[in-house]
Amino acid sequence: MIRARHFATTTPPSPPAGTNHIGLTRADYDGAKTTLCPGCGHNAITSGIIQAAFEAGLEPHRVAKLSGIGCSSKTPAYFIGQSHGFNAVHGRMPSIATGVHLANRDLILIGVSGDGDTASIGLGQFCHMVRRNVPVVYIVENNGVYGLTKGQFSATADIGSTTKAGAKNDLMPIDLCAVAIELGCGFVARSFSGDLKQLRPLLKAAFAHRGTAVLDVISPCVTFADHEGSTKSYAAVKEHDAPLHDIEFVPFFEDIHIDYEPGTTREVQMPDGSHIYLKKLAADYDPSSREEATRVIHEARREEKFVTGLLFVDESKLTLGEELRMPHPSLASLPIEKVRPPREVLEAIMEDLRAGR
Amino acid sequence: MTPKINDFSIHVATVNGSGSQTANSVLLRAIFQMGIPVSGKNLFPSNIAGLPTWFTIRASKDGYIARRRDNEVLVVMNPETAAEDIAAMPPGSMIVLNEQISVPPIPEDRTVYRVPMPKLMEGITTDVKLRRLVVNMIYVGVLAEKLGIDEEEIERALDAQLGRKPKALALNHAAVKAGWSYSRENLPKRDPYKLERMNATTGKILIEGNTAAALGAMFGGVTVVTWYPITPSSSLVESLIDYLHEYRRDPKSGETTYGVVQAEDEIAAIGMVLGAGWAGARSMTSTSGPGISLMAEFAGYGYYTEIPGVIWDIQRVGPSTGLPTRTSQSDIAFVHSLSHGDTRHPVLLPSSVRDCYDFGILAFDLAERLQTPVFVLSDLDLGMNMWMSDPFPYPENGWDRGKVLSDAELENLPKFERYRDVDGDGIPYRTLPGVKNPKGSYFTRGSGHDEAARYSEKPEVYERVVQRLVRKMDTARTLVPPPVITEDANAKVGVIAFGTTHWAMIEARDQIRAAGVPTGYLLLKALPFNDDLKRFVQKYERVYVVEQNRDGQVADLVRLEVGELSPRIHSIRHLDGLPIDAASVAEPILARERAARGATPVPQGVGR
Repeated sequence: MIRARHFATTTPPSPPAGTNHIGLTRADYDGAKTTLCPGCGHNAITSGIIQAAFEAGLEPHRVAKLSGIGCSSKTPAYFIGQSHGFNAVHGRMPSIATGVHLANRDLILIGVSGDGDTASIGLGQFCHMVRRNVPVVYIVENNGVYGLTKGQFSATADIGSTTKAGAKNDLMPIDLCAVAIELGCGFVARSFSGDLKQLRPLLKAAFAHRGTAVLDVISPCVTFADHEGSTKSYAAVKEHDAPLHDIEFVPFFEDIHIDYEPGTTREVQMPDGSHIYLKKLAADYDPSSREEATRVIHEARREEKFVTGLLFVDESKLTLGEELRMPHPSLASLPIEKVRPPREVLEAIMEDLRAGR
Repeated sequence: MTPKINDFSIHVATVNGSGSQTANSVLLRAIFQMGIPVSGKNLFPSNIAGLPTWFTIRASKDGYIARRRDNEVLVVMNPETAAEDIAAMPPGSMIVLNEQISVPPIPEDRTVYRVPMPKLMEGITTDVKLRRLVVNMIYVGVLAEKLGIDEEEIERALDAQLGRKPKALALNHAAVKAGWSYSRENLPKRDPYKLERMNATTGKILIEGNTAAALGAMFGGVTVVTWYPITPSSSLVESLIDYLHEYRRDPKSGETTYGVVQAEDEIAAIGMVLGAGWAGARSMTSTSGPGISLMAEFAGYGYYTEIPGVIWDIQRVGPSTGLPTRTSQSDIAFVHSLSHGDTRHPVLLPSSVRDCYDFGILAFDLAERLQTPVFVLSDLDLGMNMWMSDPFPYPENGWDRGKVLSDAELENLPKFERYRDVDGDGIPYRTLPGVKNPKGSYFTRGSGHDEAARYSEKPEVYERVVQRLVRKMDTARTLVPPPVITEDANAKVGVIAFGTTHWAMIEARDQIRAAGVPTGYLLLKALPFNDDLKRFVQKYERVYVVEQNRDGQVADLVRLEVGELSPRIHSIRHLDGLPIDAASVAEPILARERAARGATPVPQGVGR
């Protein structure tokens, strides 16, 4: 069962009717109407993204929504309609994200993918995006099943999980959080589409992260994987959800101080001045330790649990744009004088080529 | 003995990785500096060290720079291929032999100069590894002395190559001198080959096509470069990285005006190009055949979603891995329609290093004007060999960023629809992410979409959108570089070539004209064709399309384009991976012309 979790000392999020700190309403973050199945976990995540973007006060025009192919990849059409969207080819959204970041590093990239899109056809690109630390909030809507092609296993299907038709999966699942941690990702979280109270602060924290943020969100497929025997049905996930901590996110623009008893809560400061507060549940968990994160993932697998929360955070790594020393706001906006060297340069090069230097 | 002046080929047979590249470059440059038209062809294996490699230098007073089938001068440095290399030399030829290499008896009518190279090296350095590398300079000295290459030109060429490494320079100098002295003192001249000063190269540069392409890209204002290493394309991006680092980076702050990413594969490379193009950068990648195959899906995405990007294909040989270090023109049909479904791409066909530079710039203008991926098809011969050229001119015009709506322009529009053909040229308007006006936002998708970029599966919508793309490609016909046509009023025969085939064609046309067959010539510079093609074909009874692939890919495209005139089209193909030579063009054309004029039947296996 999901435990009721809250902080007595925090103020609740801005009321839905109001405006955020940049003066927009929640409706300004809406998108087109969903065409997914009623009850699909992805729709809940979409609403979580809308709410988180609203609360974080993202400027819609600075957002670029990116996705691959699959049910999950359709969802960028359903949020922040006032931003540009890019529904790429199957499994290759990370390379698109990399290119967009190269062209304009001031954009906020939100990538939505699925377990087929990321863990199968797109595993290579996912790994290299993480390795390069391309600043993308990369959300995997993970249901262990191919929805659009009607119910085949994906590479995140758990051992022993069955399809609707009764076929059993014998292959080891790929744990995208473990992969991301191994590749040096600076922000790795797992959550559940049925727990927006956890997902929303995680999303806001991911927006404040400066490199790749990977959020593996278990999102049951109501049509092809909600039966008994599926390890990613609503019932199974609710039963096996094991949160690491209660999470609260305080953005840089809110002057809120959270009091907590020593030893009960960990505080993580983000580069933009925001804070994440992680309140201890059963055991203390240190999200700054890659070893600890790997350990709890393996432990959870052994115990057949979904360990959720902020698994790992590290703000020290440079992003791709920082590594490459690219200018602000963007390469795309540079005028010709900046990108076409003067006549003398060409003449000097020609002289060298003439002389054979 | 009649001297043969400034009109012969030198063939150097060495072992890959033995340091012969510097020696061959010095020879090539020295001849170039003497004002003699020259070309160099590196025939190398797909290997780092140990396999046979050949370098051919052609000097031509007439200015022909295509490869020739025959060589007159041979340098034997590789024991493994020595017998075969010598056997290929015709009577009257000259052979410089590293005496250490034992070879079968050589017929008397070949002039052999035996040079005790290891012995000569003993006096120069005690370092065994250096001896192995520098020994190549011995043959440079011998050739220079025997052929009459000025010593000062050899020294100038050496200085230019090694001027920054004084130790290496001194060592190489010593080896050249040792070869020179030995030749003068011990080997009386018995061959007819001679190089004499001309002034046909004054002011010219020597450059590889890949370097020229890199310069074009830099002066074209490239901002995003992505790539995956592949022969023979890598040197394009590597040159570009060097130039960008030198000229597009603030030396104080380190801040750049570009981003280069070595991708995990070519799928990612083109994905990054499209992502960057979508967000407004001038983005490019460079690859070769296998990379092109991987790019297919994204190429169709770029076409259907209308995103600019530039993709260079430095063509090599064959399906699959094929011959990675040999040249061909065999990707053209595939690239022109790269991807599933109904896809078409503009393809630029550089035939010279100057084209590589010009198209390096132009490809960005075209991609952004047409909002589509633009392919540039070079080849290994053009990309990796040194070519003479006049210096490249500075681009006098600005750039064409195409139809991109700014915030101010959006403000004045009642509405924005991403895929609406407002101007009737098939090219819609686009906005870039980051534009503030909410009117400007849209959703890019490779699935069915309507004029407003909304998802649609309606039959009439799909058809409307892809028919507009046909109109856009019709606009492309008017924007891509037109063919260069040389008419001949007396000719009944036309010839068509593109890319590096041009250089063999120039020479072949002279040969077949001398044999009584004058020709008109169309040098193709791009696809899609423009109307010039049909007009050209109408003028001639027979038109030969000459290309370096097995199936006559461009001949087929020409046939489709000219419709009822297609019986006039004949195909000549060269496909062994070596750069095409004039004889491979002239012989089949002459044979078929004789047949057409009732003289002899068409030989088997020539064309179809």
